Amino acid sequence: MDAILLQILNGLDKGSAYALIALGLTLIFGTLGVVNFAHGALFMIGAFCAVTVQRIFNISYETVDESQTDFLGNALVVKTPYIESWFGPQMGGAIIDWAVPLAILFTVPIMIFVGYAMERGLIKHFYKRPHADQILVTFGLAIVLQEVVKYFYGANPIQTPAPEALSGIVNLGAIIGMDIVYPVWRVVYFFFSLVVIGGIFSFLQFTTFGMVVRAGMADRETVGLLGINIDKRFTVMFGIAAAVAGLAGVMYTPINSPNYHMGMDFLVLSFVVVVVGGMGSLPGAVLAGFMLGILESFASMNEIKSLVPGIDQIIIYVVAIIILLVRPRGLMGRKGVMED
Amino acid sequence: MSNSKFTRRGMLKTGAIAGAGVALPTIFTASSAAAYTNEPTGSTVTLGFNVPQTGPYADEGADELRAYQLAVEHLNGEGDGGMMNTFSSNELQGNGILGKKVEFVTGDTQTKSDAARASAKSMIEKDGAVMITGGSSSGVAIAVQGLCQEAGVIFMAGLTHSNDTTGKDKKANGFRHFFNGYMSAAALAPVLKNLYGTDRNAYHLTADYTWGWTQEESIAAATEAMGWNTVNKVRTPLASTDFSSYIAPVLNSGADVLVLNHYGGNMVNSLTNAVQFGLREKVVNGKQFEIVVPLYSRLMAKGAGANVKGIHGSTNWHWSLQDDASKAFVKSFGTKYGFPPSQAAHTVYCQTLLYADAASRAGTFNPCGIAEALEGFEFDGLGNGKTLYRAGDHQCFKDVLVVRGKENPTSEFDLLEVVEVTPAAQVTYPIDHPMFAGGALGTCNAG
Repeated sequence: MDAILLQILNGLDKGSAYALIALGLTLIFGTLGVVNFAHGALFMIGAFCAVTVQRIFNISYETVDESQTDFLGNALVVKTPYIESWFGPQMGGAIIDWAVPLAILFTVPIMIFVGYAMERGLIKHFYKRPHADQILVTFGLAIVLQEVVKYFYGANPIQTPAPEALSGIVNLGAIIGMDIVYPVWRVVYFFFSLVVIGGIFSFLQFTTFGMVVRAGMADRETVGLLGINIDKRFTVMFGIAAAVAGLAGVMYTPINSPNYHMGMDFLVLSFVVVVVGGMGSLPGAVLAGFMLGILESFASMNEIKSLVPGIDQIIIYVVAIIILLVRPRGLMGRKGVMED
Repeated sequence: MSNSKFTRRGMLKTGAIAGAGVALPTIFTASSAAAYTNEPTGSTVTLGFNVPQTGPYADEGADELRAYQLAVEHLNGEGDGGMMNTFSSNELQGNGILGKKVEFVTGDTQTKSDAARASAKSMIEKDGAVMITGGSSSGVAIAVQGLCQEAGVIFMAGLTHSNDTTGKDKKANGFRHFFNGYMSAAALAPVLKNLYGTDRNAYHLTADYTWGWTQEESIAAATEAMGWNTVNKVRTPLASTDFSSYIAPVLNSGADVLVLNHYGGNMVNSLTNAVQFGLREKVVNGKQFEIVVPLYSRLMAKGAGANVKGIHGSTNWHWSLQDDASKAFVKSFGTKYGFPPSQAAHTVYCQTLLYADAASRAGTFNPCGIAEALEGFEFDGLGNGKTLYRAGDHQCFKDVLVVRGKENPTSEFDLLEVVEVTPAAQVTYPIDHPMFAGGALGTCNAG
């Protein structure tokens, strides 16, 4: 029983990442009709925003310590972060320790700008082109972004830890008299994703801007005929979708050290999530994200794997095939989305 | 419509020409006018450095490439000579190899067997490389080794730790300086016994490919021989990034040791996940839970950060070794690049020098002459003490290091500390050892 609950928690946590990335993908597809294969790269850029903030906080001045030697036998050069000398070791250390959560403040504007620039600079030229062209150009862009990040940050994973206070484990089962320990940061990630998802839905549901965007998603031409510049709003939505992917990336860094190909690792799975949820359906993307995350976690249990070897590697695709056979438009897909 | 006439004289002439063509020795065919593949005829000789320049092992590949370039400099008489000054063989004089200046071409393996074979093939056929070296994955190394055997050039393996490279997939044209899974297990087991006792339950998470399989087999056998029980062996997909669903079952499995048969990014993520789930603080069966990473590298330790502290594993070589050869190499590499070399850099530098030395001793670039010079060659002064290139399987036998993640590192490079140097004799196994059974070395192919 403990194992099952643990895998449900794991699945929800994986699902958080899938849902956030798929939500952004769906926003872009639903508004602009663009199949954005660079969306995983946006997730990766978000993660590297955290890495960059961590590095900025650690910019140091050097002093020579004659009493120690470096690996070549020369006097050791000791690095002290400027933040520690400005704010004192305790306060400065705390700022560095909280680099990942603080990175959110930098990531949101950066990602909105990146999304805006991507849409205005490249993707708008492909609106009227076939989906195949969009896939090719956005996939190419993803590779370019990936290589740029590799050039500046290297290929190895970069450790980006969670704040000390949010590291460690918590016994989630204590409430029900069970022993189910789970990493604190993963719990934080799950609730963070719920807040972001709730925020996006509220924004679309309860603001005038969101209402117009939803109307535009349903019937772009009619909204345009009302004198509303729907294209401009869709561009803003592209920026917001990029920010969602970026936030998912920032908060993911303490779970798995970021590397330049992490976007590609998530991209295919996220597309499966979008298709299973229903192309263009925001609730569908979120539902499918959590559902497939849980299924994937269960499939990697030894008991399941001993019955069906290799099931952990194919479960998502098997389920996707079954769902699409039964419901060709996905779990919550709308009629005509692909025919637009 | 064609109208062909078959005459007896015509048939005889055609048959004679065709027969002569078939019977003609390959030495006279257009592609091999020389005595062997890519025989150098000018004043230079070309080596092929086939490393991952993209993909998850690109940083390891970049370090290998740095070491190769350093080795070429030293062979050509530039720089401070590095380990050429400490190498027990005195054949290399800094005038290239056999008086020919060393040039090199590079290829990108992408850590994919097909891409690695394609780039190696291109270097052999288009660039005239007389030797191929490199790799950061056993799957790649085994694939390229097979290609070099077919093409008739020497393959000096880089980073490859699977038993199969010099076991069932060994080839007469392939040579490995790096150690293997069996040697890691043989070095680690006594240390683990001293640290954690003989009554332990081990749970293995293993990368699902040749290297993971053979390492898992080696470590499980060595630990079971000293009394440990293997609770479970779980294979994880090579492409995995989040290992939490594989770590979670460990919590309630009754295991008190987790063995991570993972490398590179896989190890960084699985170790990070294991630490996140509190395994290091866990007490099971009245014992402190322990994690073991059988194959360590400094580059991996850097990625895993503080999570490696106190965790034991093995490594082929470490820059903190204080023998003259290691110090010479660290000085040479560190002065040129500003940071110490990795074990990957060390092994490929050694392989380049060993190839050059063998060619010099053999007096030829003929791969069969070089193979003969390498087989059974004993040397010293390359950083691991006395070393033997065993003739029977082309595996080097030398001291193996057991290392531990350092608790209080003094710099970003100071991540591992050597806790034991296991003598070569303790990690040497018979050629017919069951873990290395199958396949055949075959005979050298000169092309």
